[in-house]
Amino acid sequence: MNLLQTAIDAVNLGAIYALAALGVGLIFSVMRLINFAHGELITAVGFTVYALDGQPLVIRLGAGLLAAVVLALLMERTAFRPLRRANPATLLVTSFAVSYLLQHLVVLIFGARPIGVSLLPELSDSVAIGELRLPLLEIVSIAATLALLGGMVFFFRRRPLGIQMRAAAEDFTMARLVGVKANSVIAAAFAISGLLAAFLAFYQVAQSGTISYRMGVDVVLIAFVAAVVGGMGSLAGAALGGLLVGVTSVGLQTFLPAEWRPYRDAFLFGLFIAFLIGRPQGLIFGKAHRERV
Amino acid sequence: MRPANLDLTTPAVLAAILAAAALAASFAAPAMQRVVTEALIYVVVVVGLYIFCGNSGVTSFGHVSFMIIAAYVSAILTMPVQKKHVLLSLPAGLEQLHLSAAPSALIACAADGLVALAIGWPIMRLRGVVPSMATFALLIITHVVAQNWKGVTGGRQALVGLPLDTTLWTSLACAVLAIGIAAWYQQTRRGALLRCSREDEVAAESIGIHIARERIVALVISACISGLGGVLFAHFLGTLNPNTFYLDATFLTLAMLVVGGFRSLSGAVLGVVVVKTVSELFRSLEEGVTLWGTDFAARAGMQEVALALIMLVILIFRPEGLFGGTEIGEILGRRRRSSHSSDATA
Repeated sequence: MNLLQTAIDAVNLGAIYALAALGVGLIFSVMRLINFAHGELITAVGFTVYALDGQPLVIRLGAGLLAAVVLALLMERTAFRPLRRANPATLLVTSFAVSYLLQHLVVLIFGARPIGVSLLPELSDSVAIGELRLPLLEIVSIAATLALLGGMVFFFRRRPLGIQMRAAAEDFTMARLVGVKANSVIAAAFAISGLLAAFLAFYQVAQSGTISYRMGVDVVLIAFVAAVVGGMGSLAGAALGGLLVGVTSVGLQTFLPAEWRPYRDAFLFGLFIAFLIGRPQGLIFGKAHRERV
Repeated sequence: MRPANLDLTTPAVLAAILAAAALAASFAAPAMQRVVTEALIYVVVVVGLYIFCGNSGVTSFGHVSFMIIAAYVSAILTMPVQKKHVLLSLPAGLEQLHLSAAPSALIACAADGLVALAIGWPIMRLRGVVPSMATFALLIITHVVAQNWKGVTGGRQALVGLPLDTTLWTSLACAVLAIGIAAWYQQTRRGALLRCSREDEVAAESIGIHIARERIVALVISACISGLGGVLFAHFLGTLNPNTFYLDATFLTLAMLVVGGFRSLSGAVLGVVVVKTVSELFRSLEEGVTLWGTDFAARAGMQEVALALIMLVILIFRPEGLFGGTEIGEILGRRRRSSHSSDATA
C-alpha cells in the first residue's frame, strides 16, 4: 500500500514537472532561449493571488492566469525580441538578468520575507480509498495536469498555430520560408508558457501556502534539468523528461537511506550530469539539433 | 611559444588602474577601503571566470562553486583549532592542522584545480548549451553539499573566526596576479587555439584543434583563480556560510563579465569597476541621502533592480559589452599606428 502511495506521489510530481519542463522547453524550441525568468511567472501568479485575497476564487485564479500570460508576453517584447539573433549564451545571461530584475522588484514592493497565503483550503483534506489516504489536492492536480497536457497535445496536433509552432521548433528558418510568422509563433509560445506557469503556481501556492520572491527558482531549476533530459527542442521529450525527473526525485526521497536524504538534490543533479555525459542529446533527439556544416 | 606581437600594454594599464584605485583608497575612510578591497576581490573572481568563458565562449554558471570549495578548504585550514573542535567534527589530523594564509590559499586553489579537472574531463567533450547546464548542476550540488555536510562545513550554521588576512594590498596583489595570468594565457598558443574553437567549433576541429583538451586547460586555470577570489572573500568577511556564495554571486559575477564585454580581459576588469560603482551608488542611496533639502531613502531591492536594468540595457543595445571584445592595448596601439600613418602621408 505504501508503495502505491509512493507511486501516486511520483506521478503527481512527475506531472507537475512535466508542465514546468514543457513551459521551458517550448521557449527553447522556438528561439533557443533557456528562460531563467520562467520562475518569475510563477512568482507573479503567487503575488497576484495574494493581492486579491478575499475576492471570489474565480477572479483570483483568472487574474493570476492573466498576470502570468501578460508578463510572459511583456518580457518577450521588451527583453528577448531585440536579442533574437544573439547567441544562446547572451540570451541565457539576459534571461538571468530578467529573472533577477523581477525578483528584486518583488522585494522592492512586498519585501523579502515569505508571506502566508490561503488558496483553495478545501483541497487540503484527504480522501480514503481503502487503506490509501490521498490528499484531495493531489487528485485534483493530477486530473488538471493530465487535462492540460491533453489540451497541449490537441493544440500541437490539430490547431494551425500549434502545428506552426512545431514546425518552428523543428527548423525555424525553414518554417519562416514557408510563411510561418516568427513574431506570432514566438509570442504564442510565451503566452502558453505563461499559462503553464500559472497552473504550476496554483498548485504550488495551494500546496505550500506561502509565497516569496524566490518561490519560482527551485521548480525552474528542475524544469531545466527535465527539458535537457527530454531533449532540448523536443516538446514531447520535455514532458517525458519532466515525468522522469519527478519519478526519480520521489524515488530518491523514498529509497535513499535517511542520513543521505538531505543530499537528495545533490544526487538528482549528479545523476543529471551523468545523464548528460551518457546521452547529451536527450531522450528524444530533435531534428533541429543535428549539426549542419 | 611566444607570440609575435606580445601585448604587454593591456595588463600593464589594467594593473595601473587598479593600483591607482587602491592607492587612492588607502588615504580614504575605512568604509571606502573596504569597498575597494571587495572590488579587487571581485576582479580576481571575474578574471578567473573570464579565462574560461571569454576564451572558450562557453557560459559557466559553476564558477561560484569553485569559490565555495576554495573558501571552505581555506577556512578549515586556518581556523583556530579550538573553534574547529566546537563547530565541526573533523578527523583528528585535520582538526589539529593550523596553517597560515599563503599555504592554505595554495592548497585551496589546488583543490579547485582538481575538482575542475574531474568535472571538466567528462563534460567538456559536450557541445552547445549542455556544458553550461552541467556547470549549473555543479553549482547546485556544491551548494547542497555545503548546506548539509555538517561535520566539515558546519552545515547551515556559519563558520566564524576566520583570520582576517585579506587587506587592500593583498587583494591588489592577487588582482594583478590574476590579470597577469589571464593576459599570459590568452597570448599563448593554447589560448589562441581555444579562441579559435569559440569562433567556430566545426572549423576548429577540422584543422585538428582538440577542443575538449583546450577547454579543460582553461577551466583548470580559471577555477584556480576564481578559487583564489573565494579564499580572499572568506578572509575578508571572517565568516562563511552556504549562502555567502550562491545564485546572487553567480548573477553578480556574470553581470560584471557581460557588462564589460565577455570577450576581452579589459572588459572583464572594467566590468567589475562599472558594476561595483553602480551598486555602491545605490547601496548608499538605500542608507538615505539628502538632496536639495529633502531626505531620500531608497527601499531595499533598489540596488539590485537598478543593476539588473543597467545590465539589460547594455545587453540589448550593446550585446558585446562596453568593450565589445577589444583590449585596451589594441585601442591604444591603433591610435599610435594611425598617428604614425598620418605622419607618413603628411
